[in-house]
Amino acid sequence: MTLSKIKFDKKIVLSFWIILIALIIAAPTLLPVFRLNLLGRYLSLSIVALGVDLIWGYTGLLSLGQGIFFALGGYCAAMYLQITSSSEFPNNIPEFFALYGVEKLPFFWEPFRSPVFTFFAIWTIPALVAGLIGFLVFRNRIKGVYFSILTQASLLVFFNFFNGQQKLINGTNGLKTDVTLLFGQMVGSESMQRMFFWLTSILVIAAWFFAKWVVKGRFGNILIGIRDDEPRVRFTGYNPVIFKTIIFSIAGGLAGISGALYTVQSGIVSPQFMTVPFSIEMVIWVAVGGRGTLLGAILGAVLINYAKSLVSEALPASWMFIQGGMFILVVTALPEGVLGWIQGDGPRNLLQRFGFKRKIETYPSLEVNNNEEN
Amino acid sequence: MELLLDSLFNGVAIGSVLLVAALGLAIVFGLMGVINLAHGELMMLGAYTTYVTQLIFKLPILKPFYNSYIIVSIFLAFIVSGVVGIILEKTIIRKLYGSPLETLLATWGVSLILQQFVRSVPLAYGTGLVISLIIGLFLPTTFPSKIKESINFKYFKFSSWIFAALTGVLTGSVISSTVSKLSRASARNVDVTAPSWMRGQVEIIGTAFPKTRLMIIVITLISVIAITLFLNQSSWGMRIRAVTQNRQMSDCLGISTEKVDIITFGIGSGLAGVAGVAVSLLGSVGPNVGGNYIVGCFMVVVLGGVGNLLGTVLASFGIGIMTDLIGAGRLLSIWPDMPLPLSNTINFFATTSMARVMIFALIVIFLQFKPTGLFPQKGRMVEN
Repeated sequence: MTLSKIKFDKKIVLSFWIILIALIIAAPTLLPVFRLNLLGRYLSLSIVALGVDLIWGYTGLLSLGQGIFFALGGYCAAMYLQITSSSEFPNNIPEFFALYGVEKLPFFWEPFRSPVFTFFAIWTIPALVAGLIGFLVFRNRIKGVYFSILTQASLLVFFNFFNGQQKLINGTNGLKTDVTLLFGQMVGSESMQRMFFWLTSILVIAAWFFAKWVVKGRFGNILIGIRDDEPRVRFTGYNPVIFKTIIFSIAGGLAGISGALYTVQSGIVSPQFMTVPFSIEMVIWVAVGGRGTLLGAILGAVLINYAKSLVSEALPASWMFIQGGMFILVVTALPEGVLGWIQGDGPRNLLQRFGFKRKIETYPSLEVNNNEEN
Repeated sequence: MELLLDSLFNGVAIGSVLLVAALGLAIVFGLMGVINLAHGELMMLGAYTTYVTQLIFKLPILKPFYNSYIIVSIFLAFIVSGVVGIILEKTIIRKLYGSPLETLLATWGVSLILQQFVRSVPLAYGTGLVISLIIGLFLPTTFPSKIKESINFKYFKFSSWIFAALTGVLTGSVISSTVSKLSRASARNVDVTAPSWMRGQVEIIGTAFPKTRLMIIVITLISVIAITLFLNQSSWGMRIRAVTQNRQMSDCLGISTEKVDIITFGIGSGLAGVAGVAVSLLGSVGPNVGGNYIVGCFMVVVLGGVGNLLGTVLASFGIGIMTDLIGAGRLLSIWPDMPLPLSNTINFFATTSMARVMIFALIVIFLQFKPTGLFPQKGRMVEN
């Protein structure tokens, strides 16, 4: 028996999509509310993972600060919800302001009274912040690990800032969205949660197509070029700074959308979204799923988080060991991630180990001559 | 004047903690290009070593020497963290040279495991494990060269590991039966109490100064001097510098780069342990104690310029003094009648966390002008 590389033809792809859409539609009836909510949250996390895959898997920029943009999106959404449902509180502003003696809505929250503004703010503000940070860093040709360290430091800056500012954003406590109203319905209610699940699923697919479109064509080629040999891209006449800034701000925007969806489904946004471990976790989802595969990022985010919740329920102490082991394993043994392993030579190597013959690709002229094949 | 002096002292005190913590990182990162995110956890191991040493010195046999436990624990912490670092190098990091981003992820995984290890394994057995690791690593190197060169050396090695394991289990159970505080696993923070001669304050030029702070400055000073002497005067130091400058050439000239890597990483990790002793004097010790320092350490290394100890020293004292100036709002007391908007801004940043925000922002601005830090490495290559 000989094996050749796995190929997907159109029928398989089509049936995959049909099954996927059927699952998304059926999930709310199949799963209990609690699990459905978890699945929705993890699906929204897969959008930020897509962003990480774009900047890390395709462009080679390991950002340890995606939590900033994730939380910014979350804060935008949460503040809008808080403001719109604050009519019965004093001064028509969210309840927590009264605790700190604030009587007027801080000026920068003013525009968030408008739903249209919020809709755009959720992804443009994180994208702009990411673009700014990215531009300042890339302009100086700071890259590699220095970029990672600087993004981590920026993460800490934002964390400390959000953590310390009670009067502006309720500090450590964060903003709750559970009991706020959207379109006259409670955000935490079951029907709303089901709607958010569907919204998330659609947006995940949309984000996936968007990311595929981004990495396709010349733009994507330049990104890969930057990853593999940046000076060469520069010497060819392209300015890597622009491309890196654009892709970093795209990833920031995706993180913002993801954060907003995660916030409405988990019921709270707090500076905890900006802790160092959470941002590094995002990287491991992509690493395990397979960097540079896009689909791997989605699968990695959903499956690892699901595994996390299952393991943590059964054996709370062991998850840290498993997670730590995963980090070590994925860089030493599986550098391409699970999906990369499947798409690459992984399964064939494994089968070969069990005695299956492997079809060796040779020149056609050699293939005629049986003696030279070995 | 007195205010300024006070500020300077505080700044130096903060800076010396940063420096001793960043020193090991600067060596590992600067000389080997390895991003060790488990550095904070190696510090934590050092801090826990101090705690364990303290409790063991409370036993009746060692009680007379109790006051000197802190000196002993500095050496023990160096050895413990160093050995853990060496094992880390031998098992994981060795495979990842040349790809710093991968080392970053792998060492983060190690740091998670170490944190959880401290939480869920009783410290007594943890001590036993560390002791067996030390014996297993170093016992084979003490054998006479006749045995080392023989074909059967691997059996000797194997039996010495068995011996090490047995010793480890034995010490673990002995400690857990004699020191009750170490026999149960707990995630709670523990406290290291300084010996009596280190409590209280000293007066230096009219300013009261806690003795523990002074001790940390002394530890830092000794570490910096020792490491500078080692790198510049000893033959291994010369080899380390040679490998840093040109790895392939050094390899060709007969320097064992493998050994150099192990020694460099071991020393860097050991220094993290020493930093752990310093940190344990400042506050309570918990599984997360290292995480509070790691980003600050990296900022010191980046700001100082990679591979340059002088840069590290200057950067950490600079950050320390700035932290104190901003965090305590000292500029306001030096210049009381400054314009209102300015003083409002200063008050806004006059907390520990907001001072951090300000410092990091300043560092990012600084890197706009000098992207490679205070003392950049000179080179003509496009890429380093």
